[in-house]
Amino acid sequence: MGDKAAIQIRDVDHVATAIEALDPGDVVKIRGAVQEYEIVAKEHIPRGHKIALRDIAEREEILKYGEIIGMATSPVPAGHWVHVHNCRGIKARRNPVAANPGDRNDA
Amino acid sequence: MMRNTKFMGYRRSDGSIGIRNHVLIIPTVSCVNRIAMDIANKAGGVTFMHPYGCTFDAEENAITEHSYIGHGLHPNVGAVLVLSLGCETASAARVAEAIAKSGKRVETLVVQREGGSRTTGAAGIELVRQMRRELDAQPREEGDISELLIALECGSSDAFSGLTANPAVGAAADRIVDAGGTVILSEVTEMVGAEHVLARRGKNDEIKQQLLSLIKRYEVDLSLSTEDDSGIFISPGNVAGGLTTIEEKSLGCIYKAGTRAITQIVGYGERPTQKGVIIMDTPGFDIASVTGKVAGGAHMVLFTTGKGTPAGSSVAPVVKISSNNKTFEHLREDTDISAGDILEGKKTIDQVGQEIADLVMEIANGKEAKGEYFNIQEFAIPNVSVVKKEVIHARLAEQNDFRFEQL
Repeated sequence: MGDKAAIQIRDVDHVATAIEALDPGDVVKIRGAVQEYEIVAKEHIPRGHKIALRDIAEREEILKYGEIIGMATSPVPAGHWVHVHNCRGIKARRNPVAANPGDRNDA
Repeated sequence: MMRNTKFMGYRRSDGSIGIRNHVLIIPTVSCVNRIAMDIANKAGGVTFMHPYGCTFDAEENAITEHSYIGHGLHPNVGAVLVLSLGCETASAARVAEAIAKSGKRVETLVVQREGGSRTTGAAGIELVRQMRRELDAQPREEGDISELLIALECGSSDAFSGLTANPAVGAAADRIVDAGGTVILSEVTEMVGAEHVLARRGKNDEIKQQLLSLIKRYEVDLSLSTEDDSGIFISPGNVAGGLTTIEEKSLGCIYKAGTRAITQIVGYGERPTQKGVIIMDTPGFDIASVTGKVAGGAHMVLFTTGKGTPAGSSVAPVVKISSNNKTFEHLREDTDISAGDILEGKKTIDQVGQEIADLVMEIANGKEAKGEYFNIQEFAIPNVSVVKKEVIHARLAEQNDFRFEQL
């Protein structure tokens, strides 16, 4: 193939999932929901991780599958990596990321 | 949109319509599995293998019998041979009687009365051949998609399942529901953590409440009975793989059911009475989950897979949809269609959804799914007693009552 690509599931989604690792400057083909289009990756994004398809404001709800998967905890410019460092679950009753199983926040 | 909504099937006396016309042999206890297999192979019937039928757990016995009955009543089944050993706790008489009420021909053979396994087998072969001839003479009648129940399942998933195959099946599910049909989503373990996402989909407050309490019950059971809380938490492995929140993780699985309103919550193996999107209470184990939905009358199962699996059902075609083209090529003889062209940019999710919807109608109309090559298939029920006992023990331990603690 040679092309770097990411899958967008619904046309309203704010993120697409990289099917291989992306590097800054890579032209990424966005496929899945819509006619293929391109976006430039702005930072390293591992395979299976999400790239922002447009600028996302702090506290904005992030959509994937046409549903809210979480809220931005800081502004995320288009082309950047969306993950636990800038997105958290809306109704997570527990800390979604445990550094190790022992210090899970079970409140 | 569905391009085709009609198929030719087999009308039953209870008004339902089957997409297959099987003679099903039900071994009421695992001790007679081999005889059932022999009869099925020699006389053109279908059957399943299982380790059930003799238990002193009343709930497990009831689920076992109900699952047999659900398979016997299944619209894809035209006639039934109940094959019993004679001393098992699952009652062949209760099973045969419940199925016969539908108007189907039901015969019963009891090994301990007939005079041995080979004599019983010979009698069974004769009966099944007779029933097969009767069913072969039955004319097909036109059925409509609104009469079909389509089960949704995922197993042996990979990183692409939630990106290609599940969303494509979701696109097909929306088409089926919009045309008046019904889809069944199950595997409640996968819904824990994303209940608020699902609850929004309930068609009214009652459904929303039922959904929340069903998921809550699972969450309590899981947290008390197992160390593996991957169904509740998002694991460090999930995070490393790119999943950020529990909502995202669950959506990858529940998105198979598309986007339409949830109209009914049913128990394990229970037959839905509503059209639309149904949620069934089943465990996450593929075989027990498929068995429950088929016992509830699912005509067909759409089964998405990343790595590929031959898992099937004795009475309902199980259609395999691979998440990538490599698995499709590698397991071509077990896989019906691939969603992998989405990854390669050759098709959109919606285009593959249309192909899956078209395939559903072709298979309803008689096209053989790859897995139908085998006439003997899997069967499993939820592991009731083990989970319940662990929960009870854990609850007692919380109150400093360690009577069940292993020393």
